[in-house]
Amino acid sequence: MTLSTARPGLADSSTPPKVTYRVRRGKGRYTLTVLAFLLPSAIPLTLFVLGPMVAAAWISLQKWNLLAPMSFVGFDNYAKLLTDTTTRDVFLHTVYYIAGYLPLVYIGGLALALALNAALKGRAFLRGIYFLPVVTSWIVVALVWRWLLNPSNGIVNSTLAVFGIDGPGWWTDPVWAMPSIIIASAWKDLGFVMVILLAGLQAINPDMYEAAKIDGAGWWRRLVSVTLPLLSPSTFFVFVISLINGFQVFDQVYAMTGGGPNGASEVVVQQIYDLTFRYGAAGEASALSWILFIVILAITLIQVRGQKRWVNYE
Amino acid sequence: MNSRMTGRALAGWILLHVVIVAGAIAMFFPFLWTVITSISPGVGLTVTPALIPENPSLDAYARLFAERPFGRVILNSFGLALVTTVVQLITSSTAAYAFSRLPFRGRGIVFAVYLATMMIPLQVLIVPLFVELKTFGLLNTYLGALLPTFASAFGIFLVRQAINQVPRDLDEAATLDGASHFRIFFSVIIPNIRPALATLTIFAFMGSWNSFLWPLVVLRKPELQTLPIALAGLQGQYTTEWDIIMAGSVVSILPMLALYIFAQKYVIQGVASSGIK
Repeated sequence: MTLSTARPGLADSSTPPKVTYRVRRGKGRYTLTVLAFLLPSAIPLTLFVLGPMVAAAWISLQKWNLLAPMSFVGFDNYAKLLTDTTTRDVFLHTVYYIAGYLPLVYIGGLALALALNAALKGRAFLRGIYFLPVVTSWIVVALVWRWLLNPSNGIVNSTLAVFGIDGPGWWTDPVWAMPSIIIASAWKDLGFVMVILLAGLQAINPDMYEAAKIDGAGWWRRLVSVTLPLLSPSTFFVFVISLINGFQVFDQVYAMTGGGPNGASEVVVQQIYDLTFRYGAAGEASALSWILFIVILAITLIQVRGQKRWVNYE
Repeated sequence: MNSRMTGRALAGWILLHVVIVAGAIAMFFPFLWTVITSISPGVGLTVTPALIPENPSLDAYARLFAERPFGRVILNSFGLALVTTVVQLITSSTAAYAFSRLPFRGRGIVFAVYLATMMIPLQVLIVPLFVELKTFGLLNTYLGALLPTFASAFGIFLVRQAINQVPRDLDEAATLDGASHFRIFFSVIIPNIRPALATLTIFAFMGSWNSFLWPLVVLRKPELQTLPIALAGLQGQYTTEWDIIMAGSVVSILPMLALYIFAQKYVIQGVASSGIK
């Protein structure tokens, strides 16, 4: 059911054809037909994704500033990165981001999805409103939240001041910079998570609730014992996507804090960008990219393998 | 509300509506505040705009277009998004047709490789892509910004799912009538997958309109910039002139908003189906 058909690699793509497409009469012509349909996508994917992917692996073994000729250094870049405290810091910041963002966006998205699933009126309208931030660009979201969370005259601190609370320095304060980014990001993605969970909720057979009700299960009991287990495929999807995207967090960091103050919110991708275009260390940047890719791949595979333990496919 | 509701049900009803209303305010207020700020002139270092502006004015918008090449920037974004969308519709539907209807040896592997490209973060490709386009002299060109967006594994997957749903009897009938694959593709398949193509149109357009990292890397000249980059740049020039920064944000949101309102159904269907199918 769920992810296996909706996501990479796991889908069964070899549906046996019912029609024998005159294969024998013109094999050459058939090959040409296949190529005609496939090349428009195969050429750009090869030239601009697969090729560069391999090239990045090669560049990661070089010392290179993008201008002077490369010199081969083997795994030096990796060794340097793995012992570097900056690498450790940017990964820690990225994990901090995910640890704050994921619970916020999941619990918030679940609350809204449950509420909309129970609401009788205005569901489509409200869903439209909740989804609005999803279609907005990260840069706009970052700017708007920089303004809302402006320490001196932003609406959040002005409102807190009315109640006599001295609001924090938000994105200007090393301690509050990452929480500011987390709040803005969760706000943007809440609607996305809500729509996925709502679709999952609507796919649950109402008889299951009736049965639980007859057994005398209360609201909380039904949520924990019926809804959440049956919703687990959608939850799994949200977790996989959120972790993949979370490790690649960049746009909102770039526009909200630029990684600051004093590198307090510097994340992995920002570091890749800076290594390439500010420090002229393209080899190291490529090595860090590959480390990031391997981390993402490993975490995704662990999740896919671990899903048997908790994801319920009926 | 039902007068026979028990206390508990009433509490539930209240909680439900508190969540719904609080959610709607939290999601919508920032947009409202953006618009309010953009028409409140003179928002500087210390002033918080009033909820209802006393002297609303479109000054910030006028300055935005007078002092920065914002007209050009909007055209850039629009042009790039349009080309990306059209090309992705073509590359996605042709590839999807091959993966759904044209069996060939190794098709499963090729499809798996296509899908695997979804897992590759753009960041991994930044350095080699930059060098590649530099070699071809495509830095600071629209084509350079466009090329890496021409094929999307997500789009191919989405359309393939739709083509798989088209009954094969339809192709069979057409084949018996002597139709070629091109004929079947154009007159049987395409008319039957319009909703999926609509979903893809919106996602491709939205993806391009909002994309940041790659245009930031390729398009270095001010006159080539797209909206997200020009917006990020506003902060540098108008650090505390929030009315102008918010005016830029409104300008950037409006076209997406229009598209979204017009095609909400397809956007939400696209997202919803990715999670449960």
